[in-house]
Amino acid sequence: MIGPAGAAAGTGPGASGGGPKGAAAEPAAIAIAGLSVRLGTATVLDRLDLEVAAGEWLNVIGPNGAGKTTLLRAILGSAPFTGAVRVAGLADRRPAARARMLAYVPQTPVMPAGMAVIDYVLLGRTPHRGVFAGDSARDLKVAGEVLDRLDLGPLAGRELRSLSGGERQRAVLARALAQQAPVLLLDEPTTALDLGHQQDVLELVEELRREAGLTVVATLHDLTLAARYGDRVALLASGRIVERGDPARVLTPDTIAEHFDARVRVIEDVHGPVIVPVARNLRERP
Amino acid sequence: MARGARLTPAAAAAGLVAVLAAAGAGLTVGPVDIAADRVALQLLDLIPGLDADSGLSPSRAAIVTEIRLPRVVLGLLVGSTLALAGAAYQGAFRNPLADPYLLGVAAGAGLAATLAITRGLGDGAGWLDPVPLAAFAGALVAVGASYAAGHLGGRSTVSLVLAGVAVASFLTACQTYVLQANTDAIREVYAWILGRVATSGWAEVSLIAPYFLLTVIVVIRYRRALDVLAVGDEEASALGLDPRRVRLIVVTVASLGAAAAVAVTGLIGFVGIIVPHTVRLVFGPSHRVLLPLTVVFGGAFMVAADLAARTVLAPAELPIGVVTAFIGAPFFVLVLRSSRREVW
Repeated sequence: MIGPAGAAAGTGPGASGGGPKGAAAEPAAIAIAGLSVRLGTATVLDRLDLEVAAGEWLNVIGPNGAGKTTLLRAILGSAPFTGAVRVAGLADRRPAARARMLAYVPQTPVMPAGMAVIDYVLLGRTPHRGVFAGDSARDLKVAGEVLDRLDLGPLAGRELRSLSGGERQRAVLARALAQQAPVLLLDEPTTALDLGHQQDVLELVEELRREAGLTVVATLHDLTLAARYGDRVALLASGRIVERGDPARVLTPDTIAEHFDARVRVIEDVHGPVIVPVARNLRERP
Repeated sequence: MARGARLTPAAAAAGLVAVLAAAGAGLTVGPVDIAADRVALQLLDLIPGLDADSGLSPSRAAIVTEIRLPRVVLGLLVGSTLALAGAAYQGAFRNPLADPYLLGVAAGAGLAATLAITRGLGDGAGWLDPVPLAAFAGALVAVGASYAAGHLGGRSTVSLVLAGVAVASFLTACQTYVLQANTDAIREVYAWILGRVATSGWAEVSLIAPYFLLTVIVVIRYRRALDVLAVGDEEASALGLDPRRVRLIVVTVASLGAAAAVAVTGLIGFVGIIVPHTVRLVFGPSHRVLLPLTVVFGGAFMVAADLAARTVLAPAELPIGVVTAFIGAPFFVLVLRSSRREVW
């Protein structure tokens, strides 16, 4: 089974919906209180509060420079911060303990030259073994299952850099899944992909979330995709969460105009709002 | 089931053959002709409890056991240590041009040795020889200074490398100044800088042996951590590794090894670059394969280079640093040309 080691059964997407209501039964997957990050003299995140329930998929949206990536890095513990970040109720900042709770798919992953896909996926087992230990039978089993699940089995011996963009993204996802962490952090997982591969990746994440009861936090630029996949959106602007909740409620023309400086129409569709840019009248421009 | 990168028996055998061939040549070739089978018997006789009669006269036996053997062993240890230290630096800094010289090992050792030689301190032997002791201390002080200066620049690998370049330039300038003020010592200083594996017996071997062991044991133990570091500090840290800690330990140990090697044999360049890169191009970049093979091929390369150094212009000896670069550079270009592997 690909899911997190010892994952509680039943934490499927049904546990989502209205946010952290189930927090009394089990601690929120991620609980952030008063999180501030300063980089140099700039305050990137300013006393931010956010909770993500176990099994929920939250999309973090916001304009460029709003601090979306910094938020993920603070949760990971790789950006220095003040405030409290609890993962499954714990505030353990040791790298290995973090990596057993949080798996991270970076926006532009490093693809080491000459590394085979299987070795790359096995890197995901790092938090489960000692610094000096080799691949255990269990490490190989988990990596093999993840590769099969993501249809990467035939590519296991191929070099990473010989893969196509879509295959690479699946390899990165495979490494993250091999960590068997209950929470998956995705930083712009669709940026480098064409439309079909964007759908493939996000649908794959949704399937994996259902199968393994994962909690997913993703940053996404594409607002329509952010509305279509996942349960809730959180709008990050000027270092704070300014809106959060159901996509249909957050993604209004006024809100988007205010925070993205964009003129859009929002079309109601049965699957959620569709955000369509409206061309500004060029002659009106100075 | 797919498995990860591993050292194949064929690769290990190739490394072993290279070491045995280089050592065999180093023991049998020389101004005095001694047949290979006699050398072999003489070596067997060294094993406690084994009594082999090589039929060699005592003076010829001594050439094998007291001159050639320590020289071959020293070459193996120094070559292995320098090559492994280079591979360790390249992995720790994710930089194909990194080796201990980058953080000032050569410049620090060079300045300290120059100071010792110009002060007329070069007369001891083995453990008591002040020149290697000074070189060892100078190398470590330089790496420490690079680390301290790099820390001021924000703790990134780039600031550390830049600090190393600054420290090395500064120390080299100091050394040039000292040398200009003591022109009578120039010949002796250059002889030291260009390196030699000539020995006064087993003393040098006993000097470097503990550092060789330390470097091999610790760096190879960190082979997996170095493979994780290949994805960069941020991702490595998200995978549960502490990149700074790994880098500090690996770089410290590799610097100790390189400092000991440089102290004993002078500034033999290029080994820490050419050997690991050749192994990478032929066998792949995984540190699980790269590090052990770098140890054996580094030793073999140095013994072969030393053999060339003492036979090409016999009875005169070429400085071994000249040989490593003169043979090594064209060979490396050849490997680069024939390899289709992408390793960086």
